[in-house]
Amino acid sequence: MQVTMTVNGDEVAREIEPRLLLVHFIREELGLTGTHWGCDTSNCGTCVVWMDDEPVKSCTVLAAMAHGHRIRTVEDLERAGGLDPVQQGFMDEHGLQCGFCTPGMMMTARWLLDRDPDPDEATIREAISGQICRCTGYENIVRAVRWAAEHPATSEVHA
Amino acid sequence: MQTPAPVEYERAASVDDAIALLERHGPEARLIAGGHSLLPMMKLRLARPDVLIDINDLAEELAYVRIDGDDLCIGAMTRHRELLESPVAGEHYRILHDAERVIADPVVRNRGTVGGSICQADPSEDLSAVFATLGARAVIRSSSGTRVVAMDDFHLGAYTTAVGPAEILLEVRVPIRTGCGSAYEKVERRAGDWAVVAVGALVCLDGDRITDAGVGLAAVGAEHFRSPAAEEILRGAEPSEATFDAAAVAASADCDPQSDQRGPADYKRHLAGELTRRALRRATARARGQEG
Repeated sequence: MQVTMTVNGDEVAREIEPRLLLVHFIREELGLTGTHWGCDTSNCGTCVVWMDDEPVKSCTVLAAMAHGHRIRTVEDLERAGGLDPVQQGFMDEHGLQCGFCTPGMMMTARWLLDRDPDPDEATIREAISGQICRCTGYENIVRAVRWAAEHPATSEVHA
Repeated sequence: MQTPAPVEYERAASVDDAIALLERHGPEARLIAGGHSLLPMMKLRLARPDVLIDINDLAEELAYVRIDGDDLCIGAMTRHRELLESPVAGEHYRILHDAERVIADPVVRNRGTVGGSICQADPSEDLSAVFATLGARAVIRSSSGTRVVAMDDFHLGAYTTAVGPAEILLEVRVPIRTGCGSAYEKVERRAGDWAVVAVGALVCLDGDRITDAGVGLAAVGAEHFRSPAAEEILRGAEPSEATFDAAAVAASADCDPQSDQRGPADYKRHLAGELTRRALRRATARARGQEG
C-alpha cells in the first residue's frame, strides 16, 4: 500500500507492507537511524517519536496508521546548526553513556518542557517512566532535563 | 525481531463505515484503535487477524468525556491521557484519575484508548475493574442498531466481551451519584506494569450509613472484575474499620488468583483484601469531602 506522511517537515511517500512498523519505516525506508529500535514490546521507549505533536512508541504503531500524519524524530531537534537545549543538557550533564535510550528520552523531554517549562524532579521522572536507561541510572538524565528547563533561551527557534 | 504476520489494512471514515467494513471482511477482521494491546498480541501471534480496520479517524466522533443526562460518558476513542486530564471525570469519580495515573506509562497513554483497553479485556486490565466498580454500562452499535449492556454482561471472560464480530463499542456510561467517593489502589512490580493486584472502591454515604457500594478487582480472576459479596456487606452498614475488614475478607475470598511471575496466589489473595481495605478507606474519606 502507498503511504504519505510528513517527517520532520518533509513529505515522504513509500510503497509498504501494511504490517510494517513505524520504527522500521523511519529507520529503513527513510534512513533516519537516530530513532532507535529496542525492546519491540513498547516497554523501553528508545523508539519514541512524535506523531502529531505527541510522543508515541513507534514500535507499536503501524506505518500505515501514520499515513496523513506528521512525524517528528530526534533528527529534527537540532535547528539551524544549533542544539536544542535538551540536547545541550544531555551533553553538559552527562545524560548518556552508551546513548541507546537517548533519542527517545530527548523526544519525551522536549514534549514535557513544551507543556511544562519548569518541571520538578518528580514530574520529570514520571514523564520518562516508560523509558529505560541501563547506564546512567536516570540521575543524570533528570539533571539534563532540568538543565534544559533552566536554559530555555536557546530554544526560541522552536515552533 | 517481532513483526506482525501479513495483514490487510483499511481505514474507517465513520462509525457506520467501520461497521460496514467489519461486515464486508467477516470475523477475521479486527478494529484497531491505539494498537497498544492488539499489535503486541499480533507480534506474538496470539492474535492473527486477516484485516485491520483503523478507527483512529473516528476520534472526532468517539473521543470525549462529557455529561449526558445523569451519566458521565466516556467515548471509546478517548485516549488514556485525555481521561487522566479530564476535569469532569475527576470531579465525579476520582477513581478514574487514580487508575489512569498507573495505567502503562505516559507515552503509551498518549496512544492507548479507553475502548481498546476494555475490549481487550485482559484479566489484569485496570479500567475493566474501574467500570465494574462504578456499575457502568457499555453502548455497542451494529448495523441493526445500538444496544446498552451492563458491565457484568460486557465482560464474558478473559479476552472476551459482548462486542460481536460486526459491532463497535461507542462509549461507556457511568451513572452520576451524589454523596459518593471512589478510589483505586494498585500494586505493581515496576512503573507501568500490569497490576499484581488492583482494587477499586465506590462508597455512597447518607450520613453514617453506606447506601451503595462497588468493589472491583483486577488481576485476581474475579468474575466480571467484581466482588458482589463485599458489596453486599457494605450496603446498609456503617463505614467503619470493622465493616471494611469484613468486606476485605469477603473480597479476598471472592476471587481466584493464579500463581505466576507476578507473585504466588496466596500473596495475591492477601493483597486483594488489603487493597480493598485501603480503597474503601480512601473512597469513604472522599465521600465525606476529605482529601485522601
